[in-house]
Amino acid sequence: MQNDTLKKLVNNGAIWAFILFQLVFFEVAGRWWSLSDSAFMDLDSMLLLLKQSAPIGIIAIGMTVVMINGNIDLSVGATYALAGIVMLDSMNWPFMEAMGDSAIPLAWLFALFTGCLLGLINGMIVWKTGVDAFIVTLGAMLGYRGLVFMYNGENPTYHLNWTMVDFAEADILGLQTPAIVFLAVVLIVWLVMTRTVHGRNAYAIGDNREAAVNAGIRVGPHMVWNFVLIGFLAALSAVAFYSGSGSVNPNDGMLFELWAITAVVLGGTKLAGGRGSIIGTLGGVIAIQLLRRGLNHIGAQTETVNLVIGIILIAVLFLDRQLNRKGAEELKV
Amino acid sequence: MTDQKPALRLEGIVKTFPGVRALDGVSFAVQPGEVHALMGENGAGKSTLMKVLGGIYQPEEGRIFIDERETVMRGPLEAKANGVMFIHQELSLAEEISVAENIYLGELPRKSFGRVDWATLYARTDAILQKLKVSFNARTRVGDLSIANQQMVEIARALTVDAKAVIFDEPTASLTDAEKSVLFDVIADLRAQGVGIIYISHRMEEIFKITDRISVLRDGAYRGTLETAKTDEDEITRMMIGRSLDLTRTHAPVDLGPVALRVEGLSCGDLFQDASFEVREGEVLGFYGLVGAGRTEIAETLFGLRKPTAGRIFLKGEEVTITSPIDAIQKGISLVPESRKEQGLVLGMNCRDNMTLPQVGDLTAGPFVSDGAEISIYDQYRDRLQIKSPSWRTTVGNLSGGNQQKIVIGKWLSMRPEVLIVDEPTRGIDVGSKSEIHNLLRELAKQGYAVIVISSEMPEVLHVSDRIVAMYHGRVMREFTAEEVTEDSLIQAISGIEGSAA
Repeated sequence: MQNDTLKKLVNNGAIWAFILFQLVFFEVAGRWWSLSDSAFMDLDSMLLLLKQSAPIGIIAIGMTVVMINGNIDLSVGATYALAGIVMLDSMNWPFMEAMGDSAIPLAWLFALFTGCLLGLINGMIVWKTGVDAFIVTLGAMLGYRGLVFMYNGENPTYHLNWTMVDFAEADILGLQTPAIVFLAVVLIVWLVMTRTVHGRNAYAIGDNREAAVNAGIRVGPHMVWNFVLIGFLAALSAVAFYSGSGSVNPNDGMLFELWAITAVVLGGTKLAGGRGSIIGTLGGVIAIQLLRRGLNHIGAQTETVNLVIGIILIAVLFLDRQLNRKGAEELKV
Repeated sequence: MTDQKPALRLEGIVKTFPGVRALDGVSFAVQPGEVHALMGENGAGKSTLMKVLGGIYQPEEGRIFIDERETVMRGPLEAKANGVMFIHQELSLAEEISVAENIYLGELPRKSFGRVDWATLYARTDAILQKLKVSFNARTRVGDLSIANQQMVEIARALTVDAKAVIFDEPTASLTDAEKSVLFDVIADLRAQGVGIIYISHRMEEIFKITDRISVLRDGAYRGTLETAKTDEDEITRMMIGRSLDLTRTHAPVDLGPVALRVEGLSCGDLFQDASFEVREGEVLGFYGLVGAGRTEIAETLFGLRKPTAGRIFLKGEEVTITSPIDAIQKGISLVPESRKEQGLVLGMNCRDNMTLPQVGDLTAGPFVSDGAEISIYDQYRDRLQIKSPSWRTTVGNLSGGNQQKIVIGKWLSMRPEVLIVDEPTRGIDVGSKSEIHNLLRELAKQGYAVIVISSEMPEVLHVSDRIVAMYHGRVMREFTAEEVTEDSLIQAISGIEGSAA
């Protein structure tokens, strides 16, 4: 059984070892090749990194839950853009304008409601039709993006409100609002997944849906809640980001779903469901962001980043497969 | 026969998995032109041995000889190249393509530029199919064939190479009698051609009908080889389980309580019709019948997984309708399902979480699950059921079959059900744990539970039940009390033999 513990450690710790390796590697490489005079990572750049990771990071946390549950959600990027548009556009509505700054929380509510609603639609379709979540949310990705373009054509939607910008850029101990929101989401969802009945059931359903049904778990409604959660988090991510930027381009959020899935998978969550962790995803998100910064630091062109991340993703999954295949044969007595 | 050199000979094969010696020095030989039965209980090592022969597992020790030539098989392709062919219990065919393509999969004859030589392919295939006297041809889509005919395709595949040894793994499991006799003809043909045949089956009557010799495995070790003509079922059984079958009931009749569950005229479409029975507190009611007789379906209906088309269910005298597993659980009916790994357990989860899964919603302190409450339930049932697991943190997938089954039983006992339904309680469990589970089921009845046991193993049903319901083709044929039941009458009832119905 010591083997068990070791495997768990490898599964959960690998991503942090990888992050540590990156920190050392880019620091040393930067100095060695005299590509950069500055240190790779100091406190300020760490904090900035956390802020930059927030938009995809918040979504990736929701994606972790959905994937542990045995589903997937490809529509998060479009949901993100649509929630952003609803938030900024609603500020331009006459009654909202009349309210002045007190319209801001209302605009946030509109955005979050939009996200929950889109998630609810996904979840209900998955539950009631039994169609695979991949297909349902692929359709939703196209459909929701269509709504984005229907809203304002190719034009950006914008509304600049300095109170909102100030809020978005406010900081506590150097952590700006998006980073705080990200960390709060990590903490809350981590508690939900490790300590609550909902979390327990999410793992059970993802690992063996039939056994979960036989244990009397209401699988359909459970999955719907998770889709609502990821919709909410996609909208929350939009709220945190667009409050500061004030402008949504209709192409915003494209490929977010793939970046989120990449981070989740790097963090050790199984594509087939039943296994994974929120903390692992936090590591995955940071690792990706660190890689971007690091390659930049040693003077690699930005274009190479995607190539390197792609290679690392496949390498990680290959390693995972090797580790777990060995385990699987041992079990097959 | 013995002066010939064997077609296939194994010598001292050892294969271990962590904690288990799955094969412990197995040696035996198959002569050319011999049908050699390989028998043993589930878990005796038959499948592991076949995987070694098929090149899927590498043995740690021991040697394999084909035509007295030592052979190392590193993979399925090498096994095939050496003339060792398998007819699997579970068919591995591609349904969307033709018979011919399936047979020559991976070795399609080619013309220039890699084009498939269809003419040669179909001609060769039809030549083989003719030998098998089948009713379909090379161009038939495999998905359109019956299971028996699909099996013929597998056999045809074995005939494409110069097979030295062909291994049949439970080939008759899903065949009708007529299909079986065709299969036996084919086996006889192969035998006449001098192929060595290993025939794995649990069905005694087949073993006696077609085999020449019988080798028995028990707990991973070779126990000996018998001449089929000079032995009987008793001797084989004794070799397989290490003792004579004890069919006597070890328990004294207990005082029965009131009727816990009564079912009247329950039907579910084609699956089963007009089933009526009752089970009292303190009683074990056995359900016996062939696979597909409708036993499991009755259990699933009682557990709310299927909707009955007719009939009434009474729990403690009150009529109820059960719409879902949640509903069944709340009303006090629990089901230990037929297939532990697919339906009963969340294999990646630890022991404790599996056991408390149905009730974890009630074990909370504030918003969070209470660790202490969960552990105390786990500890209680671990002790009561004598579950052997290093810790509650151990992943359930790492436990032995018997302990896994105890976790599932513990899961439902901790819900304090009125009626406990156990479908195939000891499938895939080793002999030692089997009797433990049997005793446990008896013990539960003694404690006042109403227990329903569904089993395909006659000794099991006879051993644990107070009464036995025999089913055939979706119908309850007859109900026996433990005192009046005999093996013969039970077999007649489940084979649908006329006149046996009460």
